[in-house]
Amino acid sequence: MTNSTDVHTPVPGTVDYPGSRKSPAAASHDAKEGRLFSGFAHIALAVWGILVIAPLIWVILASFKSNTEIFTHAPFSLPSSLSWDTYKTAWTEAHIGRYFLNSVFVVACSTAGTMIFGSMAAYVLARYKFWGNRAIYYLFVSGLAFPVFMAIVPLFLILKNLSLLNTFTGLILVYIAYSLPFTVFFMTAFFKTLPNSVAEAAVVDGASHTRLFFQVMLPMAKSGLISITIFNLVGQWNQYLLPVAIMQGAGADSKWVLTQGIANISVSAGYQANWAALFAALTLSMLPMIIMYAFFQRQIQAGLTAGSTK
Amino acid sequence: MKHGRYPFIIGFLIVPVAIYATFVVYPYIQAFNLSFTNWRGFSPDFEYIGFDNFTKLFQDSTFWKAIQHHIVLLIAMPLLTIAIALFFAFLLNVGGGSKGGLMRGVRGSWFYRVIFFFPQLLALALVAVIFNRVYSPDESGLINGLLHQVGVDQPVLFLADKNLALWSIIAVLVWQGVGFYVVLFSAGMGSIPTEIYEAAALDGATRGTLFFKVTLPLLWSTLQVAWVYLGIAAFDAFALVNVMSVDRGGPDGATTVLGLEIFRNMQDYGQYGYASAMGVVLFFLTLTFAALTLRVTRRDTVEL
Repeated sequence: MTNSTDVHTPVPGTVDYPGSRKSPAAASHDAKEGRLFSGFAHIALAVWGILVIAPLIWVILASFKSNTEIFTHAPFSLPSSLSWDTYKTAWTEAHIGRYFLNSVFVVACSTAGTMIFGSMAAYVLARYKFWGNRAIYYLFVSGLAFPVFMAIVPLFLILKNLSLLNTFTGLILVYIAYSLPFTVFFMTAFFKTLPNSVAEAAVVDGASHTRLFFQVMLPMAKSGLISITIFNLVGQWNQYLLPVAIMQGAGADSKWVLTQGIANISVSAGYQANWAALFAALTLSMLPMIIMYAFFQRQIQAGLTAGSTK
Repeated sequence: MKHGRYPFIIGFLIVPVAIYATFVVYPYIQAFNLSFTNWRGFSPDFEYIGFDNFTKLFQDSTFWKAIQHHIVLLIAMPLLTIAIALFFAFLLNVGGGSKGGLMRGVRGSWFYRVIFFFPQLLALALVAVIFNRVYSPDESGLINGLLHQVGVDQPVLFLADKNLALWSIIAVLVWQGVGFYVVLFSAGMGSIPTEIYEAAALDGATRGTLFFKVTLPLLWSTLQVAWVYLGIAAFDAFALVNVMSVDRGGPDGATTVLGLEIFRNMQDYGQYGYASAMGVVLFFLTLTFAALTLRVTRRDTVEL
């Protein structure tokens, strides 16, 4: 407890601070003031809550309306009929179904890959001494300091040379590569905190290095793994720049991911656009996040803020 | 245990290091290299042209526009986000009034936190599409639709007005970001021992004093992290500008950012060398920002 705050603590018996001895009247005045402040707090918080939620509710409402209704009715009016036609259009004609499945496939593979390769590297870097250990660690961590935009041109050319442009393999490998710095950074710190005694006991029992990792250390690192898995899942699902740079050219649109597909519908939609279908597409792509969040909000908040609290 | 140690270490490192080296390390090195060439991508041959790309860049008015926008973003976005987030985090944590001298959080604070945080989960590209519609210049837009309801007939051209466009985009970034920082600051405030508040309250400190004299100093390191995060985000904004702005970066270049210019030079004009030079400049800007922030905001952290 080395405390050097700006907080002024009164020296006892020197000055009589106002409010330090409260009469009953002053106390009730405080309580009243407290309630008033609390009321004010609720109003302010509710206003922001409405600002956050209103655009999302508006999107969902509009997804059930017709184009004419969207233009002529009040923004928060209820749709005249509850029809799923716009959703059918969005899913098939606007290809949201395909983009959605592409996203699921790519992110499932890349997050799994990130977690496997990331924790393998982090484990070795955290718990084994060998020549070059620090150099490799700093190589990984330095990736956090570089803006992706700087690499985007050479990255495009490398993928082109490897014939990986416009392929899921290429996109998955790139997602893994760009998620490694944070994953390695976080998991190395996590593996370092695990107790040695359990590892030693396992070694005495004759476990090999590989078995020690998969059967002893990984299960012990479960809480860290969950946080970083969520972090990577959300980050890769929401990625926009990398797919736009990699999945392009003729025939690429069948391999687009969700963010890219939706952005494209919005950008290329002219004045005759089917806005209702766009709103349906938006609702469909928000839905998995809303459902996941409803069940796992605690873990998700912890996972996403993990990087900044360590 | 010594047995099989090196094969094991190499076996575990080889794949991650190979992936990382190919797709991250090599491109970054190559970016420096390409920035000194005139490569346009059509043919395999190119020449080194020294600093020509950079001199050209510094005479490019679009580049300076982009830099200006980054400066505006860099100041306005973190300031607004942090101020709003701090305000709400403080309300959440001490808004419940005091009971027996203990400051309490506002009732239902978890509920507010859950709502506030949600936009953080949405892809920025998706948020951009949503707000593109929210800002729509006709009655189909959320804001102009509401304005029409209350009798305003002249729609506000959020994204088509040169003076409004960048601010409309900043507002979206703030809208999305506040919740994350409310959660972050709340966690920080939660770890401040209540005795400190009690002691200060006993001394007759008002809520304002509590906030500025107790909460802020004790939250300093969290604020620093927030500032660096938001600053780095201010050098991006690509997804929003690419999706939302009129003619990508318009009207008349009023919203363009470096990321977009890099992308445009690469994809539309095939100017690989020039785009790489911009990437290198962006890297040095980000680095300078991070170093400056850490230097300027350094101050003795308070340990509890």
